[in-house]
Formats: sequence, C-alpha cells, structure tokens
Amino acid sequence: MMYLNPHLMMLPILLPLLAGATMVFINERHHRLKFLINLSSTAVMLFTAIQLLMQAQSGLWPADMAVYLAANWSAPFGIALVADRLAAVMLILTATLGAATLVFSYSRWSKTGVHFHTLFQLLLMGINGAILTADLFNLFVFFEVMLAASYGLLLHGYNISRIRAGMQYIVVNLVASLFFLIGIALVYAATGTLNFADLALKIATLDNTDRFILQTGAAILAVAFLTKSAMWPLSFWLPVTYSAACAPVAAMLVLLTKIGVYVILRLWWLLFSDHSGASAGFGGSVLLCGGLLTLAFGAVGLLASQEPRRIASFSAIISSGTLLALIGYGDAALLSSALFYLISSTLAVAAFIMLTELTDRIYTPAASVLALSMEAFAVEEDPQETAGVVVPAAMAFLGLTFAACALIMAGLPPLSGFVAKFSILHGLLDSSAAHAPLWARWLILTLLLVAGLSAIIALMRFGVRTFWTLYNSVPLRLHPTEALPILAILLLGVSMVFTAGPLFSLLDRVSTDLQQTPAYIERVLQHQVISTEEVL
Amino acid sequence: MELTIALSIGVLFSSGIWLILRPRSFQVITGLLLLSYAVNLFIFITGRLSVNKPPLIIQGEAVDPALYADPLPQALVLTAIVIGFATTALYLVVLLGSRGLTGTDHVDGKERDSEE
Repeated sequence: MMYLNPHLMMLPILLPLLAGATMVFINERHHRLKFLINLSSTAVMLFTAIQLLMQAQSGLWPADMAVYLAANWSAPFGIALVADRLAAVMLILTATLGAATLVFSYSRWSKTGVHFHTLFQLLLMGINGAILTADLFNLFVFFEVMLAASYGLLLHGYNISRIRAGMQYIVVNLVASLFFLIGIALVYAATGTLNFADLALKIATLDNTDRFILQTGAAILAVAFLTKSAMWPLSFWLPVTYSAACAPVAAMLVLLTKIGVYVILRLWWLLFSDHSGASAGFGGSVLLCGGLLTLAFGAVGLLASQEPRRIASFSAIISSGTLLALIGYGDAALLSSALFYLISSTLAVAAFIMLTELTDRIYTPAASVLALSMEAFAVEEDPQETAGVVVPAAMAFLGLTFAACALIMAGLPPLSGFVAKFSILHGLLDSSAAHAPLWARWLILTLLLVAGLSAIIALMRFGVRTFWTLYNSVPLRLHPTEALPILAILLLGVSMVFTAGPLFSLLDRVSTDLQQTPAYIERVLQHQVISTEEVL
Repeated sequence: MELTIALSIGVLFSSGIWLILRPRSFQVITGLLLLSYAVNLFIFITGRLSVNKPPLIIQGEAVDPALYADPLPQALVLTAIVIGFATTALYLVVLLGSRGLTGTDHVDGKERDSEE
C-alpha cells in the first residue's frame, strides 16, 4: 500500500479507462457482468477518493497536496496532476452520484442500448481527470473525453427528441471547445506556459501587452467554462438537453454543470488572486453579474415550468447562478457555504430527476398513450422492461422522497438545503464590505430568497398535480434498484444536516487551501522528479 | 507572411461563423470544420512564425533557443486536430441519424412553416 501511495491519485483516471475499454469487448448479452464491472469500478473510485481525502487530512502530504508528475517530467514542462482537499471532495461527489445513477439505470436504461456502461465509465474518467489535472491543455483533453462520453449518453435510448437535443448540445459544446482552444492559445502566447502553478506565478510579472493578451485569453476560456456551467445567456441548451436525456444520464449531466463551476472556482481563485498583481480580481464582476442574471433567469424559468424535467433544469440553473455569484462576490469566507450548497443541491436535483422517471409511470393510460406517441420513434426501448415487484407502499415512498427533494431544492428546514442556504445568507450578512459593493450583497440575498420562493411554488404545483389530484392511476411498479439509490442520496442529504459541523470544518480547510496561492505554486513547481536510480 | 496567415484565419473564422448560424445541418458541420481549421492555425502561430527552424533540440548541447521553433504549439495542434476530427465525425453520425429519423436536414428537426 505504501508503495502504491504516490500512484493512488491516478486510479480515478486509469481505472474507469481500463474498465470502459474492457467492457467494449463484452457482448451486450452479459449486461449483468458489465453492470458488475461498472459498479465495482465506481466503488473502487469512491474508496480511492475517500482514501485521498483522508490522506490530505492526515497531514502526510506537504502542504496537504499530492502532486503527480506524468512521465516523470518536472512541473512546468510535463503534465502535472494535483490532488488536494477540494479535488478529493469533488471526486467523492462524482463517485457517489455515479454509483447511485448506475444502480438506478440497472433495471431499465442500461439495457436499452449498446455500450451504456463503457460510455458511463469514460464519462467518469473525464470528470475525474478534469478534477485532478493541473495543466490547461490536459484539462481540455479531459473535458473532451467527458463531453464525447456525454454526447453518446445523451443519445442513449435513441429517439427523436434525444436526436434533436443532441444536435444542439453537441454543436454548442463543440463551439465552446473551440473557444477553449483559442483561450489556451492566447494564454500560452502571453505566458509561455500552461501549468496552473506556473501561470499563477507568471501572471504577476507580465507587462501591459502580455497582460492584455492573457486577460483576453482568460475571458475566452471563461466563455467555454460558463457555457458548461450554464450561465445566462449561455444556458439555453440546458433545459432542452435535460428534458431529452434518459433519467440516469440527466442526473449525471447535473454533475457536469458543477464541473464547469469547479474549474472556474479553481482557476479564478488561483490565477486572479490578490497575489497576481495588476490582474487581481479580473472578471470578478462579470461572474457576479452573470451569476445574478442566471439566478433571476432560473427563478423566472422555474415559475413557468410545468414538466418535472424542466423544473429540474431550472433548479440546476439556479444552483449554478448562486455558485457563480458567490465565487464572483470574492469573499473567501463564503466559499465553504458555497461548496456545501454545491454538494447538497447537486445531490437533490439528481435525486429529483431520478424520481421524475418514476412519477411519470403513475399517469393514467390516456396520459401514457401521449407519452408513448412521443417515443414512437424509439428504436430499442422496451417498456416491458420496467416491470418489477409491486410495492404496495410505492406511492407513499414516492410522495415522501419527493417531499424530501423539494425541501432540499427549495432550501427549507430541516434538510441540508436549509443548512446550505442559511449559512450562505449568514455569511453574506457577515461579510465585510471590502469585497463587493453593498448592492451586490443585498441583490444576492434577495434573489436567493426569490429563487427559493419560486422553487417552492413550482415544486408544490408539481407535487399537488402528481400526488393529490390523481385518480384512475395505473398500479405502480417499483424496482428495488430504482428506489434504493434515490433513498440513499436523500439519506445523504439528511446525514449532511447531522454532520454539518465536521463537514463545514472540512470545507473551511478547503477554502483556506484555495487562498494559499504561493504555497500551491511552490508545492507544484518544487516537486522533485523520481531519479533514475530509484526507478531501477 | 504574418498578413497572409492573419487574413486566412480571419476568412476561415468569418465563413465558419456564418455557416454555423445557417439552418441546414450540413452547413453547420462545414462551418464547424472551417472553425476548427481556423483555431488550429491560430494555435500554431502562438509559437511565433518562423521559417526553416527545427523544433527539436539535441540533448546535451548548449543551444541558442532563438535558432529553434517552439515545439509545444505544434504538439498542441496535433492533439487539437485529432480531438476536433473525432468530435466532428461524431456530429456527422448524429446528423445522419437526425436526417434519417426526421426526414429533414433542418437543425431543429422540422421545417419552418414560413420557408418555401
């Protein structure tokens, strides 16, 4: 184990690659075997992520960071990967959500098309890589892996609405990738480096011309990341895509938008911190205003949403807007609350999306005829596959889990959404005025409360229509593998309330880490390569 | 040479942007291709334009960096070409699927009523 330790952080990237590649060669007839491979790979990823977090907490690593130099090239020249607390927390979130959606997909979606499991593992590989990498171009490559897998997964269970959504989603993301490349090229032209730590070091010393090129590059890069994290007006692809994708995939797409937010958080905090000289705080007001507009757009859109998937889409937009506004606000004291909110809202929206798949089944036959005609072009979908054990308490289960999801998404007590929102509001009221103008603080406060209110209205309307005004409903069949992941995610939401104290002290450490720019730079650039004698 | 490269990138970009805003999926994919050519050229010139300079340095010899081309943008451009090619090919598959399922090559999957 001690020997493997330095390579442990590569496991979340290499394992899904191997598992995904292996499953290409296994025939779809053995879907149970594929499912087992997929699940065990995800479980090992979860274990590795927890192990990485424990090591970061134990103080074994210098500056609580592990650096991995790919191919043993020292830092600014080769590709470096960095695992710190923030990365470990995001890896845990990814693996948890991955395991839950995977179990959910077992009874239906993983069998409706080919290569679901391979694409799923490649998606996880892309996400994990994007979390761990400390090199701009490597980040692009992992983003492309993640996006290519998500294109395939979005089209999974091929029908007309998925094709239509896919056409838009793929073009939007291809253009965003081109923006990503232009941004990388400009950053490289200005600084001559792509390593995060080296960039952060060189930004402070740039002359005026180069700084202008770098800031242009950073702004163009931000367009790519903000498209991914669905900032208004770059978010119009999101509701269509989330509505079209099958439930487990849509749940994973919720996480993908948070990866965009994560990259912005990491890069912006590192490159444009107080240590970066004249570039300090560059673009903060854009993030703040964009976040606020996104929040307002999400709140209005949520009020107008009737379909459950659109409710989920606009909830995801609201949570992106909140996070972007909080990042742009620039107060480090708010970061831990923002991260708590990120975890809680991602889990809740993902659980809600999986839940809507189940509530769609309780509609009357007339309604399901409509649903069927919408899916008339489905090639490989087989509705008979959904048959499972009849659970007498199925409706009660759905009602209760829906209530729990709604409480977290709207930020009402007693679940984790309330803790998150309360700590954000508390932090905003407490924060010193030095960071941003006063109007920004009150605008965030107001919009957060308005968004909460519109979430309550939209979710209540949906709940009343689905569970109370129902008559002549078909008997509901629930498969245990569909009920369990939703229950597990919501139990996590409940346990986040009880462990809020320790969790917040961990997230406080995360936000302290993010502010230690010089320590990060030194840790990455000073990391020694392994000498050839040691290898032999 | 700078002017030629700058003009070609500009022409490629503008044609690409115009094409991806068109309603036919074939125009969109052509636009994406032109845009990716423009971006690849753009990455390439961030290593500064030079003629007859090798990108590799022989190990162990003290060399003057001014005599060599920057190898990194060349490596980046190779990766970008491969990835761009693969994702565009993927889009081509979706495009054909959409054409087959909807019977039209409009990007919305249906013709607008006002069109002839």
